Amino acid sequence: MKITTDNIDDFATGATVLGTGGGGDPYIGKLMAQQAIEEHGPVDLIDPRDVPDDALVIPSAMLGAPTVMVEKMPKGTEALAAFEALETHLGQEAYATMSIEAGGLNSTVPIAVAAALGIPLVDADGMGRAFPEVQMVTLTMGGVSATPMSIADEKGNSLLVNTVSNEYAEAFARVTSIEMGGACMIGTYALSGAEVREHAILDSMSLAHNIGEAIRTAKHRSRDPVEAVLDLTDGYELFTGKITDVERRTEGGFTVGEATLDGIDNCEGRRFTLEFQNENLVACDSERGVVASTPDLITVLDAETGDPVTTERLAYGHRVQVIGMPCSPKWRTDEGLDLVGPAYFDYSIDYEPLETLQQSKHD
Amino acid sequence: MTNYRIGIDVGGTNTDAVVMDGDDNLRAKTKTPTTKDITTGILSALDVVLDDSGVSEDELDYVMLGTTHATNAITERRGLNEVGVIRIGAPATRSIRPLLEWPDDLAEAIGNNVAILDGGHEFDGRLLNDLDEEQVRAQIREFADVDAFAVTSVFSPVRDDHETRVAELIREEVGDDVPISVSNEIGSVGLLERENATALNAALTSVASEAANAFVDAMDERGIGANLYFGQNDGTLMSVDYAIRYPIFTVASGPSNSVRGAAYLSQVENGIIVDVGGTTTDVGAVTEGFPRESSVAVEIGEVKTNFRMPDIIAIGIGGGSIVSTDGGVTVGPQSVGYKLTEEARCFGGETLTATDLEVAAGTIDIGSVTPDVGVETVEAAREYVRECVEREVDRMKTSADPVPVVIVGGGSILVPDDIGGASEVYKPDHYEVANAVGVAIAQVSGEVDRIYSLDEMDREEAIQHAKDEATENALAAGADADSVDIVDVEEVPLSYLPGNAVRIKVKAAGALDH
Repeated sequence: MKITTDNIDDFATGATVLGTGGGGDPYIGKLMAQQAIEEHGPVDLIDPRDVPDDALVIPSAMLGAPTVMVEKMPKGTEALAAFEALETHLGQEAYATMSIEAGGLNSTVPIAVAAALGIPLVDADGMGRAFPEVQMVTLTMGGVSATPMSIADEKGNSLLVNTVSNEYAEAFARVTSIEMGGACMIGTYALSGAEVREHAILDSMSLAHNIGEAIRTAKHRSRDPVEAVLDLTDGYELFTGKITDVERRTEGGFTVGEATLDGIDNCEGRRFTLEFQNENLVACDSERGVVASTPDLITVLDAETGDPVTTERLAYGHRVQVIGMPCSPKWRTDEGLDLVGPAYFDYSIDYEPLETLQQSKHD
Repeated sequence: MTNYRIGIDVGGTNTDAVVMDGDDNLRAKTKTPTTKDITTGILSALDVVLDDSGVSEDELDYVMLGTTHATNAITERRGLNEVGVIRIGAPATRSIRPLLEWPDDLAEAIGNNVAILDGGHEFDGRLLNDLDEEQVRAQIREFADVDAFAVTSVFSPVRDDHETRVAELIREEVGDDVPISVSNEIGSVGLLERENATALNAALTSVASEAANAFVDAMDERGIGANLYFGQNDGTLMSVDYAIRYPIFTVASGPSNSVRGAAYLSQVENGIIVDVGGTTTDVGAVTEGFPRESSVAVEIGEVKTNFRMPDIIAIGIGGGSIVSTDGGVTVGPQSVGYKLTEEARCFGGETLTATDLEVAAGTIDIGSVTPDVGVETVEAAREYVRECVEREVDRMKTSADPVPVVIVGGGSILVPDDIGGASEVYKPDHYEVANAVGVAIAQVSGEVDRIYSLDEMDREEAIQHAKDEATENALAAGADADSVDIVDVEEVPLSYLPGNAVRIKVKAAGALDH
């Protein structure tokens, strides 16, 4: 399909749903994509199955502090230099770009990059959702290296980084982003078409689009937007309630907190807690204990409109529906859980798949 | 000490006026229809209250005016300036040009003149790029025909020198007559939203100066030599000169005036205010006597902005709301609006309105006809209104604890006294002119909203610095030095950034200097 200024809003809405409460402000990414498409024309979203085995795909992303990204937006051409540096290094031209995360800001930033470079965007990503750190991609498990990574700023500075692990790539990129004024663009995880098919999460961008479209059209046709999202994602309604308390604190650069909900409608009489670190990570029901946890997706939707609610906008009195969506099976392996399971985020719970937890509820 | 003051609030339907004495007692009040030229309505309201109170023109110390002219100008795209929108931040920020997401007709109404030039700073105050003064001058000359300039530079809430310098260059190039709005004086971090607010402000300066001149002329015509002030949207006042420079701050001053007035009339300093008008009900929160600010970007004329705005939810229920009895009784959001006296049944019209139900129930006595409405319809409508108001009151609360609820405005009768979640419900005397009272008792304030690096100064020092600056701003706005208090301090740590960056917002307010 073509990504145009007419359907970019749907991508952004769906990306916010897959952002599970975090992933940065998709508003900025959406506007960047909108302007780039206006200037350079629509972007081809291509099926990963159609990418030649040996074609070079270079995913692109913005990295840094959200406060900086909303104040100092990119120049828009940083990726050009970053791509050129990588292409020269690898001795091959980039066939396409790709999103590292299907959730939040970075789902739409590569659309702008694709438009500016005149290359297609592969319908896939490395998370199927949003996570805060560079190494937290299924590609890491597949042995795809985050480096050589190109890091570029608006001034024309660029670096090519080689590291021994993807964790080091995260660490160096983070430090560099500070020197570059708190935000930068990166080209990373250069991979072949064959590797995309084997290690990435496929069809996630069109899923984001379909979710956004479903929410928009459900509103117009007075259908339940939440049902529409659950249908598309094989998800479950976890809780319907009113937010009665939100606690937040800053720990190690993350906004860490917990929201408490009191049940309404069919959840009347029950209580629910949602723990988040930028993204929603653990959901507990007063009667049933943990009902969903990372890496499964937990998203809060406005009970009336179905619009996704990010963690920074959780506030007392908001009536919401919390939904759970199964993550990619790739995340449910031991390696996957080491990277992004509850223990990585310091929660002392054992991961159980969302579907299992839902089934035990009915036993 | 006489120290009489008049508060006037020009609303969409009514122009309200009150006379207050030096001890803030209400001496006279009136509600008159808002007129198309506004001034006529203001003068007739003024005449009524002066007559009723027996206060003479030369006993008036202050006249305060709350208006919606700026909001209307944006909504109707009327009388807006052509603006030169200059962003300083290149090579950064080029990926999203100014006004990109504005509705086309609004962007065209202000001329669609935009430029992104070299300069700006990083989050920690480092230079992002040098300001290129020749490039700036060339751009100003290219914008030769604009009526006003809006200047925004990257991270100007951290360092404003590039904005200040560009304003100087504009002065040198085009002289003193063209209004210049600089973003650090208007909005906070979030470049697009701050730039939008600054551009809207620049677009409004001519409308604002016309409104201000009309106000001044009207007072002259009545021989009133009092000090004149405008109400702004944080519930405080600004001088006429200030209102011409920062007209954007009058947007949503109406609901803010109501919140202040309701708090004063009920003596509730912390709680929820429900202002029931002709077409809508505004629900807001009062914190230490002032309207609580919205913490998220607020849209004005479909444009996202981030300058301080009151946290208000409007619902479509008011005295003119149309009552539907098809499959359950509902009230609003459709309304007969200002045509109440033609269309409502109690005035002989055809449409069943919320007002008709109260006339039928005998709680109010207006119009010429008593509508024939069953008691169960009245009860069902009241229940509907109660549920809607309860839900919005709950959304405005910050915790589950019951809070005082104050109900004001001309349509107060529609809202029952038993609101769930309220510790107590107040319907204070003079509830129908709470907004005019709010502007009459208003104070003047000063604000600061800046990012500090706590590596460079300690926390106490940073807060003190912000407090001092806010106090200075309040004094500059005309506050009496002995009465200035710090009314709000907010501290937000900024994540993912080194240097212990923290955003500090401080507001100081005080009585008008006599």
